[in-house]
Order: sequence, then structure tokens, then C-alpha cells
Amino acid sequence: MTDEPLLSLESVDTYYGPIHILQGLNLNVRAGELVCLLGGNASGKSTTLKTVLGLVNPRNGTVRFGGEDVTKRSTSYRIRQGMAIVPENRRLFAPMTVLENLQMGAYLHAGGTKEDFDRVYELFPLLHERRAQLAGTLSGGEQQMVAMGRALMAKPKLLLMDEPSMGLAPILVERSFEIIKQVHESGVAMLIVEQNANVSLSIADRGYVLSTGRLVLEGKADDLREDEGLRKAYLGR
Amino acid sequence: MDGDDRDIPPIPASPAEAHAPRVGVDEWVASVAERREGYSGVLGRARSELERVPRPVFYAAFGVAAALLPAITSDGYIVRVGFDTLLYMLLALGLNITVGYAGLLDLGYVAFYGFGAYGYAMLASPKFGIHWNTLAIVPVVVIATAILGLLVALPSRRLLGDYLAIVTLFFGQLFVAVYTNGERMSLFGLTRSHDVTGGPNGIPNVDNFNVFGGRIGSLQAYYYVALGVFLLVLLVVFLIDTSRTGRAWKSLREDPLAAELMGMPVNRLKLIAFAAGAAVAGLAGTLFAALNTAVFASDFDVPTLIIIYAILILGGAGSIGGVILGALVVNISLEVLRTPGHATWVFYVTILATLLMALRPWRVLALVLGGTVAFGYAAHAIVAAAWPRGVHGSPSVGGWFGSGLSGWELHPSNPRLIGNITFIALVLAVLALTLLSGWKRWAAMIPTLYLAGFVWENRLVVEPSITRLILVGVILIVLMNARPQGLLGTARVEIV
Ligand SMILES: Nc1ncnc2c1ncn2[C@@H]1O[C@H](COP(=O)(O)OP(=O)(O)OP(=O)(O)O)[C@@H](O)[C@H]1O
Ligand SMILES: [Mg+2]
Repeated sequence: MTDEPLLSLESVDTYYGPIHILQGLNLNVRAGELVCLLGGNASGKSTTLKTVLGLVNPRNGTVRFGGEDVTKRSTSYRIRQGMAIVPENRRLFAPMTVLENLQMGAYLHAGGTKEDFDRVYELFPLLHERRAQLAGTLSGGEQQMVAMGRALMAKPKLLLMDEPSMGLAPILVERSFEIIKQVHESGVAMLIVEQNANVSLSIADRGYVLSTGRLVLEGKADDLREDEGLRKAYLGR
Repeated sequence: MDGDDRDIPPIPASPAEAHAPRVGVDEWVASVAERREGYSGVLGRARSELERVPRPVFYAAFGVAAALLPAITSDGYIVRVGFDTLLYMLLALGLNITVGYAGLLDLGYVAFYGFGAYGYAMLASPKFGIHWNTLAIVPVVVIATAILGLLVALPSRRLLGDYLAIVTLFFGQLFVAVYTNGERMSLFGLTRSHDVTGGPNGIPNVDNFNVFGGRIGSLQAYYYVALGVFLLVLLVVFLIDTSRTGRAWKSLREDPLAAELMGMPVNRLKLIAFAAGAAVAGLAGTLFAALNTAVFASDFDVPTLIIIYAILILGGAGSIGGVILGALVVNISLEVLRTPGHATWVFYVTILATLLMALRPWRVLALVLGGTVAFGYAAHAIVAAAWPRGVHGSPSVGGWFGSGLSGWELHPSNPRLIGNITFIALVLAVLALTLLSGWKRWAAMIPTLYLAGFVWENRLVVEPSITRLILVGVILIVLMNARPQGLLGTARVEIV
């Protein structure tokens, strides 16, 4: 099989202390693929991303990235191998300018080349106009763009996103996903955690649905959209 | 559930087509010219002009102004204060790297200063009969201090915030203890004991700087050496500040996890910041030892640490200009406060300025001030009639201000006991003030202010060394309320 996934979690069990959160999770993302991870509150979505990044270590199971077993590797190693994340709550460097935030995103590439900046500015013209503004003074939606731009500056192979639509007006949610789609079409693989199943499934290739730490559904995005159970639970119709 | 006609909304093909808000394109920026509130008036113009001047121009201007000081005054005292101020600027600049940029609360910082001073003293004094050339000692000492910094930070690098503060504070105290008891040192009691640090007597007869056979002896020369060293370090720090490493430190300080997620080597960056700060302190130590020609462990204790932190916080942590301004303000006010007459001025001016800033509306301000003055004269008249000895003493300042005070303030002939009692009364009165509100507070303020003046005249003036620190503390508190970010720091931005 040449079609080895870029990222795979193999029967992963993640605990916080004694609390068993992820239970035998199997999940994979192929190169260039857009996968969304759905689930209700506290179902373990963020925990999955943390496990992928090595911010928590699974007790059992294997995390592979680019064919390599990275289960025992540090977060910074995984970042250097080509992961990047748009974290929940964005976590911008508030007292630094938009430009500096983007530069920090490209820390591993010596602050980024002009092409890197141009690429991000093309996706988010706003970031160019606001490059001298302190990131903490931006509106929530604007901050979300900085967070995405910052992650893209790292030229990741796999981009992880934790609830990119959080706190955005419905029309902005669609726009953000438009941008996500563009980024995806430029060849970046993505794993997107979302509450907003409707919009995310409309652009995703595949999807997984978590419930209290277990996978309850997985499949092609189009199939999931037609799935009765998922509709009842998440799509609200 | 008749769902299927309500399909998922289609995503428009191109953002330009849609009549939606143009995401990613900034309508605010387009209209920013109309929205920006311009600075008006002459001051406003000056301010917006100043903002355009690149920062190094200011540093250069400072360098030129500072270089002129020994030329315009031959007063040794003033040049000495200038030297000390430069030394503190240098120390604050180093601490600024550790605390201001990287956000590592280093409370053992003075130990590195002391380590540098003792290092110089040991390599250039009759203590061990070693008299190296200064150009050899300084790099050795600076590198040794940086390594010591690494060793201190290495076990604590995982420790964050409060823990690091405690560990470094402990290290600082350990340093003082070891150096004051270092006259009988032996390796774990196995070897014969040696006098390594001179114990409480320190190391005397330290050589002056000695460069290519020329000895640097005069105070003026040291002043220029200190200025040169400071400007050099400032240049380096400025370059780092605007470099990738400088930005990485700042992002690390803001959000270590996010920094790690950007792939920054968080621990290594912390260690570098810690060691760099230590190295600057070590460098400052060599200057200190060479000018004073003696070192004592007690010079590197908590009071010195407090002054350095006061400079950093007052100026605004993370700001180079703030370090300069902070050192000027703190050191000059500490000097001015040495003389009781000056201190009295500072005391009343600080109180007045605070009232002017804090009390609104103007009506209340006028009432409180007028009330305090009237209250004082009334009290003075009553006491003078009933108990003449209560107005027997004289105020701590002369001139018109003093004669005004002598009719207002009570000056008992033997103020010690009554001074102590009123001091406690003052503390209670201030506490009571914080509990009251509205007009009761304004009314209670009048006797409290009078009491403060009384305590000042009869108690605090008598002990200038303590008073000095109390006053500097009060000035810091007042300034912190007015500008929490420090004089030149940037206001904190919180993401909520
Ligand atoms: N550090 C931690 N220690 C203990 N429990 C934790 C920790 N972090 C998360 N949890 C728990 O793990 C469970 C899953 O959390 P997680 O953050 O993965 O949820 P989520 O699916 O991202 O939810 P949401 O959509 O609300 O963000 C929750 O019950 C949470 O309380
Ligand atoms: Mg979450």
C-alpha cells in the first residue's frame, strides 16, 4: 500500500489522571485530505488534537505522522515535522502586532519569506491592512484570521483546527470555511474539529463523529450528511 | 421533520460576487483616516512628530547628554551619582532581558551582580596576589556569570512563575550567606579551611581598571567607562529586541504554550534569557568593584534588588527607554530624599499631586485642601494656647514654606513617643478612609492629611534612611495607579 495516511491514530487511549477520555480511537488523515471531527461538548475533540500534538500522551496506542511513530516524540518535534494548529480560543500573542504574530508562526522558517507572507495576505487581505495593529485589540473574527494566517505561515503538511467557527457570525462562518477550502485546495491536509457539522461536512472529504471519547460514526462527508442519526443529533433536522 | 428542502446553504463561488460582508477585506482600515482622533494643539503636534523619530535617535541623544555631565560640572558628588545611575541602568537593562522580555521572575538577580564584583575583586587584588589585566578579567567574569546563570536556571527551567521566583530568591540569599561566611571555607569539611571571600570584611584594596598598563583612577574616567559599557550593552539589547529571538522571548512571556506550538525551543530560549541577564549583571559587578576598590556581600542583598526592580517596573518592563527613565527617576529621587529638607518638599508635593489627580470634582478638592489648611491653623492655635510645649519645635524646612508650616503643623519639643503613637493612628486612619465613602470620606480626609503631615514632621524626618524608602514606595504606588504599565511601557492587552 503506497496510500499510507499522513496521520494515523491507532487504538489510542488517552487519560487525564484516572479519567479515561479517548477510548480506543482509530482515526486517520491522508495527505491533502480535509477531515472533520464532530462531536458534542466534552466528547473529546480537543483531547484528540492534543494527543495528535503530544500535549497529552496516550496510555495505549500509536500516533503516526508521515509514516513515523511519533507517540513518544515531543510536541516541538511533531511541529518541526510539519504539524501546525489553530488552537481553541486562538491564543494570539496579544501585545504583539499582527505582523509579529505572523512572523512567530514562521519561527521555524526564520520568520518567513516574502512569498509566505504574500500567500497569507492573499487569503486574508485584512491581515496586510492591519499588520501594524496589536493582535489583542482586534475583534474576535479578525483574531481568528490572524490565528489561521499564523498557522499557515509555518507551511504545515497537516493543519489542525479547533473550532475555527467559534464566535463568528453565521455569514462569517461560511466565509471562513470558504478560506479553509481554498487552503485545502492548495494541498494542505487538515483535521478540523467542529461543532458546526453542517458547514464543515459541506467542505470536508471525510468525517468522524465522537461521543464521550468513542467514535460512533465515520465515513465520507456526503454519506454522513445523509445519515439519519447524525442529522438528528447535530444537524438539527 | 420535513427537512430535505432546507438544503445546506451553497457556498458562493467567489467572495467578490457575494453581497455579504467582505471578509478579509478591511472596511475599518479604509475609513481609518476619518476615524482617527488627531492629536490637536501644539503639544499634540509635538507628540505625533516625536512618535515618528526612530528609537535609536533617543538613545544617542541620551548618550550625548550623559557624556556632557562631567563637562558641565566638576562636582565629584554629582558625577558619582551619575556613575551610580549608569550602573543601575546597566543592571536594569540586564534584568529587562530576563524579566521584561522573557517574563522570568528572577529574584536572585543581585547575586549575579555580586558574583561579578567578587570575581573581579578576586582576580585583581592582593587577596590572592592575582593582578590580571582588566581586558582579561572582564570577559572571564562575564562568561563565568553567564554559566552560573545557566546552572541556576537549569534545574528551575521547568519551574514557572512563582516557583522560579522562590528558587531564585533562595539562590540570592544563599549567595549572601556564603559570601559573608566565606572566610573559613573547606570542601565538605575535608580540606583545611581557607579564606575565600574575606567574610564580613569583604575584599579590600581591589585594583582599579588597568588597560594596557594604564590605570583608570579618576571618577570622571569611570563615569565614561560606565557610559560606554552601558551604551554598548544597550545597542546589543536593542538589536536582540528587534530580532527573531527578541520576539520569541516576548511571545514566550505572553503564552508559553502557544510559543511551543509555533515550534519555539521554549526551554532553550528561557535559559538564554536567564544567562544573558546574569552576564550583564556580572559585567556591572566588575565596574562596581573597580570603582569602589572593595566589595562586601551586604552590597548585593535585597535592598539593591528592590531598587533595580523599582527602576524596571517604574520605567515599564520590556522597554529600553523605560530603563533609562526609570533609573533617572528612582536614583535621583533617592538622592534628593537624602536631605530632610528636600524630602519634606517631595512629601508635600507628592501628596498634593496625588490629591490633584485623584480628587474630583474640583469642589471637593478645594474643600479638602482648604479644610486641611484651616484645620491645621485652628489646631495650632488651640494647642498653642492650651499646651505651649506642643508647638515648641521647628519644621524640617526653612524659607517661606517652613514659616508657613510652623504656624500650621504642631511641633512638640519631644516628638519621639507622640510621633510613634500618631504613626499608628495614621495607619488606622488610612485604613478607615478606605472603608468610608461619599462625603464622610472627604470629611475624614482632612484630619488624616493633617495627621500625615504631623507624622512626617515629627517622626519620619528623624529617620531619613527609612523614610526615603517609604517615600519611594509611595511614589511608586501613586505612579502605578496613574500608569500601570510604567512610564514607557506599553499598556497590557488582554485577550478575553
Ligand atoms: N486537563 C484535563 N484534566 C482533566 N480533565 C480534562 C482535562 N482536559 C479536558 N478534560 C476533560 O476531558 C473531557 C473532554 O474534553 P475536550 O476538551 O476534549 O472536549 P471537547 O470535545 O473539545 O469539547 P468542546 O466542544 O466543549 O470544546 C471533558 O470532560 C473535560 O472536562
Ligand atoms: Mg474543545
